[in-house]
Amino acid sequence: MIETVNLTRKFGDLTAVDDLTLKVGEGEVFGFLGPNGAGKTTTVRMLCSLISKTSGEARVGGYDVGVPENALKIRKMVGLVPDNVGLYDSLTAYENLDYYGTLYDMTDSQRREANERFLKMLGLWEKRDTLAGSFSKGMKQKLAIARALIHDPTVLFMDEPTANLDPEASKSVRDFIVSLKGEKKTIFLNTHNLDEAQRICDRIGILNTRLMAIGTPEELERSVRGRRTVFALRKASDAVMASLKRLDVRNLVQDGNRLTIDIDDPEEDNPRVVDAIVAAGGSVVTVSILGGTLEDAYLQFVKEKPA
Amino acid sequence: MTSWMPWRVSKKDFKVIMRKKSIIGYTVGLPFVMAVAFTLVVQNDVVSANVSDASLGLSSLAYIFVILAAILPTSTAAYSIVGEKVEKSLEPLLATPTTDGDLLLGKAIAAFVPAILAVWAGAMVFMAATDYLTFRVFGGLYFPSWVPGIMLFLVAPLASALGIQVAVILSARVSDVRGANQLAGLMYLPFMATFFAGVDGIFPFDIASLLAIGGILLLANVALFFLSKATFNREEILTKWK
Repeated sequence: MIETVNLTRKFGDLTAVDDLTLKVGEGEVFGFLGPNGAGKTTTVRMLCSLISKTSGEARVGGYDVGVPENALKIRKMVGLVPDNVGLYDSLTAYENLDYYGTLYDMTDSQRREANERFLKMLGLWEKRDTLAGSFSKGMKQKLAIARALIHDPTVLFMDEPTANLDPEASKSVRDFIVSLKGEKKTIFLNTHNLDEAQRICDRIGILNTRLMAIGTPEELERSVRGRRTVFALRKASDAVMASLKRLDVRNLVQDGNRLTIDIDDPEEDNPRVVDAIVAAGGSVVTVSILGGTLEDAYLQFVKEKPA
Repeated sequence: MTSWMPWRVSKKDFKVIMRKKSIIGYTVGLPFVMAVAFTLVVQNDVVSANVSDASLGLSSLAYIFVILAAILPTSTAAYSIVGEKVEKSLEPLLATPTTDGDLLLGKAIAAFVPAILAVWAGAMVFMAATDYLTFRVFGGLYFPSWVPGIMLFLVAPLASALGIQVAVILSARVSDVRGANQLAGLMYLPFMATFFAGVDGIFPFDIASLLAIGGILLLANVALFFLSKATFNREEILTKWK
């Protein structure tokens, strides 16, 4: 549904998005993680045919975003929830949706039906005649999502949809995004929120101007190098500690009789560590591998960016 | 049945503008306040002047409505564009299947129509009152006549269009409506200069002179059209606007 090949966007000397190559399948929820200024919003704007690319290729729904004649076709098939909700405060919830319906060439009856459907779906039907300016942040965010969905887009781009929302509103928005999976919509989600990405995304890309990593949340967690292994000993004697230091292990942390060590390849290295402990007269009670988290993966990949 | 895309944009802007009491009060109120004020001037001064001076005075007063036509839509256009920028509603709007031209034209219509209608309505009130008060001075109706007709139906719409285009261009460079209005104020200087030149008799408010002003405004509109079109496009708005 979305495909980019070496997609690049420069602003003068500044490269905002560099050589981005990725594919997002139909019905997939794809999370785009990255720090501020990583190029996430620029990527979304290019994919929505809002700004041009400097080089490379990008296709949305089979349409090349580099061809100006495709811009309207692409914008017809996508919905955008920008990082700022951008509602018309002096219009009611219903009027906000209805206006967008007209811009998508929807007839009066289609708009009436869609307005009611989405306002009810997002729990805003009772507030349909209330000015959007008086809504809470969570309600505004829901209305912005309804607006992006009003024309039944195939692809939904969401830029930080739960930023600045309280936990309850965040959950409600997140639950709604999950419910869209059932409608087979392709969702491209820009977020800083690792927990959110892990909960709702099928795959995640970590962007820091360049795409640093891509995979399922589990794949990214597994890819973290230097996974920590905890060795619980009967007694962490001086001899054992000296033996481990000779083994040149990384990041050895002692907490009583618990030793935590960074191990690149647990299957290869853990037996060597156990052998060294036993050879030094120690005895191992348990060995447990602490899995890398998505946060570990994120921080590692983001730090990999060359200065 | 769906309507013409720029009209859909205009309809929404009309709705928003109608709910902004300050803008609607200014746009509709100012021409009527002017009409009443000018009527008082006519009552106090013009009715006692000779025919030549009275004619010059009335033409000068009618020309003020041209200046109003330039002033009024700039605040609506600035609000319509800078207001969207402030409310951050431009990006979702730009993500819709509308062309840059649809949006620009829609916003221009929304600024143009109320302003020009208010100017015409204010001018009608002034002219009707003036005809009533000066019937004896001129021995008949002074209005309607060609000079104010050209002012109101040729020069005023062109001045309005120019004001809107200036507002569009300024909208890219300012971050609040007040800033746009203040900068747009500079555009009124040539109109004011023409007015004072007319009052002093340096610039005759006759058909030839007004057609010349109309021609200049037309050329200025054509030149600014390309500039405003280059300013109001998605790429510029999202990457270069303040």
